[in-house]
Amino acid sequence: MEPREQEFLEYVQGGGQVETDDWMPDEYRARLIKFIEMHGNSELMGVLPEREWILRAPTLQRKLALTAKVQDEVGHSQLIYRVVEDLGKPRETCLADLISGKSKFHNVFHYPTRTWGDVGVIAWLVDAAAIISQKALLKCSYAPYARIMKKICWEESFHILHGRDVILTMMLGTDEQRGLVQEALNRWWGPLMQFHGNPIAREEDPMYVWRIKSQGNEEARQQFLDGYVPQIWELGLTVPDPNLRKRDDGVWEYTEPDWAELKHVVTGHGPKTAERLELRRTTREETEWVRRALLAEAA
Amino acid sequence: MIYEVFRQERKGQAFAHAGSIEAPDAVFADAYAREQYGRRGESAALWVVPRDAVHEIENFADELQKNYHRVDGYPLKEKLGKARELAAEGANALSTDAG
Amino acid sequence: MTEQVQKILEIADDELIVGWRNSEWTGIAPLLEEDVAFSSIAQNEIGHARALYELAARELGTTADELAFDRDPGEYRCSRLVQLRLVPDWARTIARHCLYEAADKERIGVLKESDDPDVAGLAAKIDREEAYHRMHAEMWSDRLAGEPRFTAGLEELRPLLEVRDEHVAEFADLWEEMTMVRRSVAGATW
Repeated sequence: MEPREQEFLEYVQGGGQVETDDWMPDEYRARLIKFIEMHGNSELMGVLPEREWILRAPTLQRKLALTAKVQDEVGHSQLIYRVVEDLGKPRETCLADLISGKSKFHNVFHYPTRTWGDVGVIAWLVDAAAIISQKALLKCSYAPYARIMKKICWEESFHILHGRDVILTMMLGTDEQRGLVQEALNRWWGPLMQFHGNPIAREEDPMYVWRIKSQGNEEARQQFLDGYVPQIWELGLTVPDPNLRKRDDGVWEYTEPDWAELKHVVTGHGPKTAERLELRRTTREETEWVRRALLAEAA
Repeated sequence: MIYEVFRQERKGQAFAHAGSIEAPDAVFADAYAREQYGRRGESAALWVVPRDAVHEIENFADELQKNYHRVDGYPLKEKLGKARELAAEGANALSTDAG
Repeated sequence: MTEQVQKILEIADDELIVGWRNSEWTGIAPLLEEDVAFSSIAQNEIGHARALYELAARELGTTADELAFDRDPGEYRCSRLVQLRLVPDWARTIARHCLYEAADKERIGVLKESDDPDVAGLAAKIDREEAYHRMHAEMWSDRLAGEPRFTAGLEELRPLLEVRDEHVAEFADLWEEMTMVRRSVAGATW
């Protein structure tokens, strides 16, 4: 490593923050772009599983809340892709790479949303898992990214409220509704346990080394379990993992998540990957003329 | 075009940078900034500025003892201690005179 | 049902359905910034529908949700203009938006003059939000003025504005979809 690079590494490891126009090692820039772009992709693809239910929301209040939640996610992708663009990769290229399958998005957005129970579980638990990762990014060494995370975390907190309210209302409802919640939890538990990634030691995770992330994968998962398993249990729901328990030293034990499934899914082979990318591709194509019309006059 | 957006959280407060948006012109930029940075009532006002209009200045040279316009140019604590001591001695001297 | 309640229900149905249709763009609009902006408009319209239904519901002894979801498709009095499914056609979506906002301005203006202070007060609130919708419609119609598909859309859609007696075919599908969760479990609260 060159001295200048070494100095940069020590700077970020000492809590230093970097701005867009500051000098940065090529590796740092490349990792930032890849990481932040995947976050932007995930917000944008995370729109699709819920968007299908915007038309089916069962009350006016739920309709408004769900539309607003999806709107927030689009807004987050806007904020995030702007950060990526300022690092050197234009939004159009990010979207093209997303659609062609060249870049990735989070595992949980490759799965189907089968019932209104799934809508509740996504808003409550998937967003809870996401907010844990995102809160840790408030300390990201790349300051423009850390700054937008404040707005993102603030908005995500509404999503969790909405999700809990959907779930609580169903749990207070009929047996059939409680059944929908339990079935949804059963479906989502596996992907949720995979969400924070394999338990690589944080010192070996390049994202931690460069202080793009401020916590390790297993730390994030433990935080999720600690925060949410008690909330799941207190509603009388069952977590579909017979090995799940909290040890006396406070660490959660659980069945090893299916890392092969995670890899298979995020490399573009999830149950809904192809269909959702196809929807992105066709809607981009169908609205291409609008962007051209706007750009033509702006130029 | 990229527009930088500055947000005032409550009336009377300073505007702080909120983020940026892309828009074809100022009219679209206003509409988009309003929704991206104000739809939850989180802003009392916004400034929407074309990125080109923002100039950044950094690297402020301060090499030769410009501490007269900084706090560290005024080591008052030590002097104040001495002044208090001196005043106390003077008071003693005065009271001796009076006695 | 008084004439006033009937009129309010008619406007509420329009706002509900145009909001529902506009919300189909949330997540797939032509630009990310526009996605956020147009979604706010959809939400405002549904918010207006809810407030108007609440007014009508007081007279009719029911609730806003029941009026929005639990009537037979044939009972909705919304215009054919708002019923059409227009995604992914942005030109016709903006054409509808322009036609609808212009017509809405007129009738909300009438409601603002109502003798009933609740009605007049609500209309004034609605109008303050609609002002942004009109600005949005105007900025887009200025941009698309030279687009043949936009101008053709205006011509095609304008005659549908005041047709309320007969629904377009896809309204039945929309009703199915918007009520499916609600109808799925008997006696449930959501």
